[in-house]
Amino acid sequence: MGFGPFLLLAVMEGLVSAAVLALTAVGLSLVFGVMRVVNVAHGAFFMLGAVVAWFVAGHVAGPPVWGWLAALVVAPLVVGALAALVDISVLKRLNYEPEAVIVATIGVLYILEQAALMSFGPDARPVAAPFTLRLQLPWFGYSGYKLFVVVAAAAVLAGVWLLMARTRFGLLMRATQVDRNTARAFGINVDRVYAGTFALGAALAAVAAVLVVPISQVHYLMGADPLLLAFITVIIGGLGSLRGTLVAALVIGLSDGVISMFWSPTLSKIIATLLVALVLVFRPQGLFGAKA
Amino acid sequence: MKVWLFHLAVLVALAVLALMLPAYHANNLARILMLAVFATGYNLAFGYTGMLSLGHALFFAAGMYGAALPVSLWGLGALPGLALGFLAGGAVAAAVGLLALRTAGVSFMIVTLMFAQAGYLTVIYFNQTTGGDQGIVLSGAGRMLAGLDMTQDGPRLMVALGLYAAGLLAALALVQSRFGRVMLAMRENEERSRMLGYDPFRVKLAVLAISGLYAGVAGAGYALLFGYAGAGFSGVQYSILPMLYSLMGGAGTVLGPLIGAGAMFYLIDIASGLTTAYLMGVGIALVVLVLFAPRGILGWVRERVLPWLP
Amino acid sequence: MAAVILEAQGLARAFGGLRAVDGVDFALQAGEIHALIGPNGAGKTTFVSLLSGRIGPDAGVIRLAGQDITRLPAHLRVRRGIAYTFQITSIYPRLTVFDNVALAAQSRGVRDLQAAVAAALARVGMGDLAGQEAATLSYGHQRLLELAMGLALQPRVLILDEPTQGLAAGEIAAFTALVRSLVPETTVLMIEHNMEVVMSLAHRITVLNFGRVLAHGTPEEIRANPAVQAAYLGTGDAAA
Repeated sequence: MGFGPFLLLAVMEGLVSAAVLALTAVGLSLVFGVMRVVNVAHGAFFMLGAVVAWFVAGHVAGPPVWGWLAALVVAPLVVGALAALVDISVLKRLNYEPEAVIVATIGVLYILEQAALMSFGPDARPVAAPFTLRLQLPWFGYSGYKLFVVVAAAAVLAGVWLLMARTRFGLLMRATQVDRNTARAFGINVDRVYAGTFALGAALAAVAAVLVVPISQVHYLMGADPLLLAFITVIIGGLGSLRGTLVAALVIGLSDGVISMFWSPTLSKIIATLLVALVLVFRPQGLFGAKA
Repeated sequence: MKVWLFHLAVLVALAVLALMLPAYHANNLARILMLAVFATGYNLAFGYTGMLSLGHALFFAAGMYGAALPVSLWGLGALPGLALGFLAGGAVAAAVGLLALRTAGVSFMIVTLMFAQAGYLTVIYFNQTTGGDQGIVLSGAGRMLAGLDMTQDGPRLMVALGLYAAGLLAALALVQSRFGRVMLAMRENEERSRMLGYDPFRVKLAVLAISGLYAGVAGAGYALLFGYAGAGFSGVQYSILPMLYSLMGGAGTVLGPLIGAGAMFYLIDIASGLTTAYLMGVGIALVVLVLFAPRGILGWVRERVLPWLP
Repeated sequence: MAAVILEAQGLARAFGGLRAVDGVDFALQAGEIHALIGPNGAGKTTFVSLLSGRIGPDAGVIRLAGQDITRLPAHLRVRRGIAYTFQITSIYPRLTVFDNVALAAQSRGVRDLQAAVAAALARVGMGDLAGQEAATLSYGHQRLLELAMGLALQPRVLILDEPTQGLAAGEIAAFTALVRSLVPETTVLMIEHNMEVVMSLAHRITVLNFGRVLAHGTPEEIRANPAVQAAYLGTGDAAA
């Protein structure tokens, strides 16, 4: 295969990465934007979504599409509910103090990972894709499901934007983001908004996991890479900026896909992590974030 | 004065314990002591100066490989190995600090984490030299320190105790000094400290570098004492463990990290006998501590019983 | 004519669209007590924050004893002799009174820390409270602790931001006597709303309004100034 088609393949792979990454990162970005805390367990919620998806798909009889659809509904609900529980029982008690939340969510991360290890086991297990369609291009065949992932992610992101911009809950979220105390003074139940936001962030990560699981496999440590990449995306895009997150996801997903194809994936990760550190040091507001 | 006597008494008690313990627990104690050195340094930055770093695995690994590589590649002895690891830890910490300390709070935590992650990935990337996850096994001259053969339990424990004693007493001196007061001031009210004439950047950089020296000697010591260096020690877990030990034992107390290291070590030891998911204990411990006991064991003691404990 | 110890020319600072300090010229004479008054939002705290280095100016020059300190960071200005006490008390609540003052004293490199701390505490009448945790002090004592910290720095210029706020009448009297005893070795610049204190202590007064100097002069001149009366003091007996 010539260089051109190889590059096209890398770009398409990158687009798929970008789509999943955008979905994962948006959840993290929302939580930071509205609640001003960093959820280190975000990757664990992602992994949990995948585990629930595997479980649900394994229990639904018939063609894989039914299992997958069921997972798409159940996983975000389960993970979202669990996240709300974590928020109410732990984060609220810490009064959302940023550094305490970090330590606590590190603990939650360990708990969730080890719980998955105990129940799911240390092996990696596959989940069947809902459909197997092969797109035949002149140079190579490409999985139709992967392209579907891109479309689906875009749809979900559009839904999130609609939620933020057009619904009442979105308005409450934005109001609380601007000024927590004023929101409270206006009668907004900030605790409920926070629980809802935290649940939504986790649920979005779960959706991303359900989408990605037929492409890769379910493993109890699979949340680590998405967490790192989501962090990178959110910071470069600008903490709290949805648009920035999307742009950054596109840039990072594409370049990660391209670099991983031509050089070592480890190298691309090294570059990405150093880039995040430098962005935080020299341009802390990222691409689109507001200057503090 | 009674502060110094108290801590010397603790060291004497440790020495007595070292002599009496059977082999299995003696080896555990050696590990605990090295991890306590690491955590004591971390606590200077975290508990006393208020810097939440998640990058200390990088400094630990710098010390570990700073000793292990020269020893295994060029046959360097243990003492120069320790010295190199010590300096490597401090130098890397200072370099990271120069960049990371331009940020604060959550950003500082993320920047240090990113540098540590990059370090871990670099160790993996250069696995031809570092051995990657498999690691390097050390032997020969690197395991002999001033006539003590560290492949033997007894001498190994003595070296560990010596290193911890040095680290403890140095930390005590620092914390009781005028600079120790300035460290607290930075943690308690940085703006006020600035308006009293202190440069926050310089103070924090110095403390970070010192904590890096501790991490470096701990990493080097760990490698030389137990004859092994591996990529696992540069993973994020080794950034979280010193924080956990400090929180559990009492952040902002000098002896806290030792208590936390010992308690967690045995908690994990017991848990891993029960299940493969023993790290769950780490997770639960973190959540419980931060929710209900943020002052840790010695912090509680200091509040109720011994208010003069540094 | 006394020397000018601290001066500013054309000092300006805006926050977004708001011009908090809008081209202020100012000269502080060595050894005087100078009061800075004006309505809320006039820019007083912003102005002294610019002088002390807590925030940086958009334009203008600041000179300490003739030397340009405009670009000098706050902690270095402290070392050169400018001390600032906060409008909202900013001490170390979890440290002891001794540690609070010690941090100030050791900053200027004093050799006998015990003596320096004891002296500073004695001046504000808190000598017997050294071992107490600062958070447990009464509000008035916390303000005095803040003052003691400023004194322990032995500054050339002591900037006090609303120092009598929240103090009882007896405490204010003691404070007034203390400030009077500081000059002429130290120069005092204070923001104050308490007109009795201002009129009895100040050698000269500067009035700020909307980020600009409305008037400056002796207390009598200021009291009689119609523009100042209109903006801030009120007319007749209200100003006495």
